[in-house]
Amino acid sequence: MPITRDEVAHLARLSRLALSDEELDHLAPQLDQIISAVAQVQEVAADGIPPTTHATGLVNVFRSDEPVPCLTPEQALSGAPAVELQRFKVPRILVEE
Amino acid sequence: MSELIKKTAAELAAAVTAGEASAVEVTQAHLDQIAAVDGQVRAFLHVAADDALAQARAVDRKRAAGEPLGALAGVPVAVKDLFTTVGMPTTCGSKILQGWRPPYESTVTGRLRDAGAVLIGKTNMDEFAMGSSTENSGFGPSRNPWNLAKVPGGSSGGSAAAVAAFEAPLALGTDTGGSIRQPASVCGVVGTKPTYGGNSRYGVVAFASSLDTPGPFGRTVLDAALLHEAMSGHDPMDSTSVDAPVPPVVEAARHGDVAGLRIGIVSEFSGDGYQPGVMTRFTEAVELLESLGAKVTEVSCPHFKYALPAYYLIAPSEVSSNLARFDGMRYGLRTGSGSAEEVMAATREAGFGAEAKRRIMLGTYALSSGYYDAYYGKAQQVRTLIIRDFDAAFAQVDVLISPPTPTTAFDIGERADNPMAMYLADLCTIPSNLAGNAAISVPIGLAPEDGLPVGLQVMAPPLADDRLYRVAAAVETAFTERWGHPLLAEAKGISR
Repeated sequence: MPITRDEVAHLARLSRLALSDEELDHLAPQLDQIISAVAQVQEVAADGIPPTTHATGLVNVFRSDEPVPCLTPEQALSGAPAVELQRFKVPRILVEE
Repeated sequence: MSELIKKTAAELAAAVTAGEASAVEVTQAHLDQIAAVDGQVRAFLHVAADDALAQARAVDRKRAAGEPLGALAGVPVAVKDLFTTVGMPTTCGSKILQGWRPPYESTVTGRLRDAGAVLIGKTNMDEFAMGSSTENSGFGPSRNPWNLAKVPGGSSGGSAAAVAAFEAPLALGTDTGGSIRQPASVCGVVGTKPTYGGNSRYGVVAFASSLDTPGPFGRTVLDAALLHEAMSGHDPMDSTSVDAPVPPVVEAARHGDVAGLRIGIVSEFSGDGYQPGVMTRFTEAVELLESLGAKVTEVSCPHFKYALPAYYLIAPSEVSSNLARFDGMRYGLRTGSGSAEEVMAATREAGFGAEAKRRIMLGTYALSSGYYDAYYGKAQQVRTLIIRDFDAAFAQVDVLISPPTPTTAFDIGERADNPMAMYLADLCTIPSNLAGNAAISVPIGLAPEDGLPVGLQVMAPPLADDRLYRVAAAVETAFTERWGHPLLAEAKGISR
């Protein structure tokens, strides 16, 4: 089932990528080609095979809860595009309907 | 050209420790080489000349004061630009992080500083480590020192090129699907993907967290082992770091030996798509290993053919999650106007290159409701089957071998807009990432048809990294004796 240009546009919105029309035209057939190729995994008989999320087998790694030095506010904010009152300043997040 | 840049890291550390050369002299010699050739090679995104000389002076002061020096005293190391480094920018080859100066140091680079290494600069890479050529860098491609029209491989292509061009004796890379072994192979240097969890990912900007593995490049097997040992070990700052002793890789590199070793050739990694010259050299390496007393057999790993498709579901899925942090709010680029969501979408559109966008969307698709089981879920099951293939193989043999990549270095531009062709460069390296085991690429000669380097991949079970070095050192010694010189002595791509 080929992936359509509309589906790719939807994926771009979900991914917070403001793609141009030219990029959509270019990426849609590429994504379709890649998805058909990786769909090969569906040929593998894997009923009852447990999934692997990571290779080390480690589960629930804990450390003792001890205070240690951390970044200063100045360090934490040092790369921020905008700062106000020792906080990250961001564009408005609520839009009036 | 200073003779100092021709020396190995082992020789340089010994010379600095003995006071036969100062760390400042060694660093300056490499900075001079960078100034002379990097206009052609473009291995570096940032050359930290003043910072490196200050680090070198600190090593020389320690020596003068009679303080103990580390294993890499005064040895310059080029650092892939996704390790966070205090005092140097960290861009991951992406415009979205252009000019970013991280407020904290990665564990690995911190350990190298403690070992007396001099971090000389940050190297070019495919954006966020996604690619096999450095052409996905937001700042232009690096070039292969054997032939400047060819790619140096990727994603750690800048690091491989820097070592091959004698700009640094050692370099750090990361290997998520082959990003150390493939560039090492096509640049004619040694590169290792250590066991997953053997090296801390703290301060390594995440691409695919379950696969990302920091590792070393060197011009010799022993040099790679020295860097491997200095950077490795458990780190409480990375919960996926394994609390186990570092495998004795330096000891193994000093005692190359394959007598009686059981070596398996992965039968799936040959045939269509493999360049004849790559297979010529591979066959020659097999004969060499047999002549050195190894017992070589063929081993089938039937699910390896599904490793590439599984990887291109798992890695993009993790990417779509990991790269969500680049939202223009706390660091890096911010552009556009309107609501936070509009600014995010505009920032990511402007800051990410084509491959990052492709993979983010691919991962978003694979994780979508309705597709998850058919794609991401299935890929995770294939991952289990690949681990089982390795387990069955390592029950019969001590190490597995294959070409690291099907071809020698390809032309810049040749695969740049053909993602599936580019992905094939990782065909033979991906299984070890999915299984989290250890693998190395060591030079075994030049392909007759194009005169470009070919590597041999050796794979070992998790935490048996020392086996890689034992085999690679034996191969290196025997071939260097046969050739009468190190392979890199034949590299003539850079004009002087």
